[in-house]
Amino acid sequence: MRFDYAPAPESRSVVTLRDSYGLFIGGQFVSGSSVFKTVSPATEEVLAEVTQAGPEDVDRAVAAARHAYERTWSVMPGRERGKYLFRVARLIQERARELAVLETLDNGKPIRESRDVDIPLAAAHFFYHAGWADKLSYAGFGPAPRPLGVAGQVIPWNFPLLMLAWKIAPALACGNTVVLKPAETTPLTALVFAEICQQADLPPGVVNVVTGDGATGHCLVAHPGIDKVAFTGSTEVGKEIARICAVSGQRLTLELGGKAANIVFDDAPVDQAVEGIVNGIFFNQGHVCCAGSRLLVQESIADELLESLKRRMGQLRLGDPLDKNTDIGAVNSRAQLERIEAFAESGEEEGAQRWSVQCPLPDRGFWFPPTVFTGVSQAHRIAQEEIFGPVLSVLTFRTPDEAIAKANNTPYGLSAGVWTEKGSLILSMASKLRAGVVWANTFNRFDPSSPFGGYKESGFGREGGRHGLEAYLDVLGGSDV
Amino acid sequence: MDALGGVAASQASLRRFLHGLPGVDEAGAVARAGMLASRSVKTDAKRQAIDLAISMIDLTTLEGQDTPGKVAALCAKARNPGFGAPKVAAVCVYPDMVEVAAPLLAGSGIKVASVATAFPSGRAALDVKLADVKSAVAAGADEVDMVIDRGAFLSGRYLSVYDEIVAVRGACQGTHLKVILETGELGTLDNVRRASWLAMLAGADFIKTSTGKVAPAATLPVTMVMLEAVRDWREATGGGPAGGQMVGVKPAGGIRTTKDAVRYIVLVHETAGDDWLTARYFRLGASSLLNDLLMQRDRMATGRYSGPDYVTVD
Repeated sequence: MRFDYAPAPESRSVVTLRDSYGLFIGGQFVSGSSVFKTVSPATEEVLAEVTQAGPEDVDRAVAAARHAYERTWSVMPGRERGKYLFRVARLIQERARELAVLETLDNGKPIRESRDVDIPLAAAHFFYHAGWADKLSYAGFGPAPRPLGVAGQVIPWNFPLLMLAWKIAPALACGNTVVLKPAETTPLTALVFAEICQQADLPPGVVNVVTGDGATGHCLVAHPGIDKVAFTGSTEVGKEIARICAVSGQRLTLELGGKAANIVFDDAPVDQAVEGIVNGIFFNQGHVCCAGSRLLVQESIADELLESLKRRMGQLRLGDPLDKNTDIGAVNSRAQLERIEAFAESGEEEGAQRWSVQCPLPDRGFWFPPTVFTGVSQAHRIAQEEIFGPVLSVLTFRTPDEAIAKANNTPYGLSAGVWTEKGSLILSMASKLRAGVVWANTFNRFDPSSPFGGYKESGFGREGGRHGLEAYLDVLGGSDV
Repeated sequence: MDALGGVAASQASLRRFLHGLPGVDEAGAVARAGMLASRSVKTDAKRQAIDLAISMIDLTTLEGQDTPGKVAALCAKARNPGFGAPKVAAVCVYPDMVEVAAPLLAGSGIKVASVATAFPSGRAALDVKLADVKSAVAAGADEVDMVIDRGAFLSGRYLSVYDEIVAVRGACQGTHLKVILETGELGTLDNVRRASWLAMLAGADFIKTSTGKVAPAATLPVTMVMLEAVRDWREATGGGPAGGQMVGVKPAGGIRTTKDAVRYIVLVHETAGDDWLTARYFRLGASSLLNDLLMQRDRMATGRYSGPDYVTVD
């Protein structure tokens, strides 16, 4: 008996898209000089026009944030700030369905992920940091830690609302005000978030959202009125920002790329390891900075593990991101698709064996089938560089020492995974892996109370947990050092 | 000799084999089952799943208060569920009720399944258990649902459990054998996997989660681990659609709603595969489930929900 799921599309009717969106400055939506279009990567349909913020717009936004910082937010008692954050968190929950559908439309990720991961976690970050707002004296940074001032925050397109939450929630809890620039291809949930700020009666200027491309981002991070820069995105852009901030003396935290090793030992719980590998690299089409893009498998079980992995990959359901049973959605943009395709070609040219899931790809939009490369060695580009797509490189190892050596043999150090039933091996691997997060017998699990961040070229600073507060507090004792 | 060439030759080799099976990470298994439970099954897929589920039910009554009248009513319901629905797979009763059910189901294609081996606890001497099985078979049972000796399993006497299943299989004389693991008493998913392989090595036609008398009975993670076991068994015994032995799976106990049943079908679909989506290889041990499926079936057909007064209570 053949059984398959009938189409189960989530309704778009919960989302009311405006034709065009302004910038959110000083608590109001204001128009700017030029506009650009944001499209649905699954269909290439234009969703809305969004304003491109120019230098004067950024000036206005920074001034509004400065005003709100000095007059209102930094002098407000922590318990009052906490109330606003709790209110924002509840509003995210109330509008969760709308936000999930909008995120899926604008980003291309499956509704199952935006519904079950992105939006609930975004709300959780606000709830978590709301709780910190009146307890900062107990965070271990002195009896009365001060905020830094105005934070300029630039976020990527892979988890638009979630990255917004990671940035805005701790900044606000600590008493800073923010100017946030969402990614060019995924600005819409940040603009709905701006509406939520209005709904929550957040004092004008505490949160400002300026949309635009890299030029807007450059303008923001180089702005002399900014006290703190926080960036999540590519290592290349991160380095450029680090150069700017090195001159200006602004505080900086960077969360950049990764090339995580997912290490599977021969005594691993195989079925869960296969799930973890799939979740590690195909979650969000592999557009995850901490994706487990290098599978390091012990040579003695490599063949059977790969067979199980391919069988499991064959079940992945690629297609309409709004369908509730879709596992793999669309690649976020044409540029990213071309980048992934170029990497896949280089893998083949360099002699690795490519295997892709044989599934039909939709005619319109940007799509790439789940792909695994075997016979990969450290010398290959697909083992070294961040692909940021649904492409897994498989390498083998013989001993734990070799696994450590290969796992650490990368300029990155954001995350790693270890799969074994042996607890002592987990602990010894975790102590030797140079990665900000090490997952044991799981992968891609996130929690607001758990600090997240990288080693080496994956960046510095932590987001989440008590450690994450440090990035938004004047722990050095004087905000103008 | 077992199907894997002698791993059950001794207590030591059997223990080594079962403890050498890959572990099950409980958190990961629960998360995977939870994700599959969120699959959205609508319209045509739901219609198909409802009829599949009905055709895979072992309609069950296992009560001290069972009487010939009660069993006869259940058999009538099995033959004619109403609403044009397909008939169920089997009626499952205690051994002494087999003689009531067998003539009532003769010629219908519906099997008579009987629990046996001192169901549900399995606490009796082996010859008593075998006599129990033989009486059920003699009375006309097509299928025997035995329970394993959980005490022996939990104390590590795997060969004893194995030998007992082999002996029961002998007593069945070709009658279809379902082996109840009583997963609610095994404690861990590692044990569920080991018990599944143990039962398959000993020649089970089906592995079944529960008696229904112990909580928790069937759960999605447990059933998923058992479905992984039968999938891997098929590979281990020859692999591929051409060769390899297919063993059936039967979750039983606590499956009451259409939503539950659909989740099990999703689990089969995405774990063992569609080859198992037939009453030959998958059953749902249930009683009140049937009426809920019938009500949902009627709703899918007419667009209206008629309510419990429009399905028969037997």
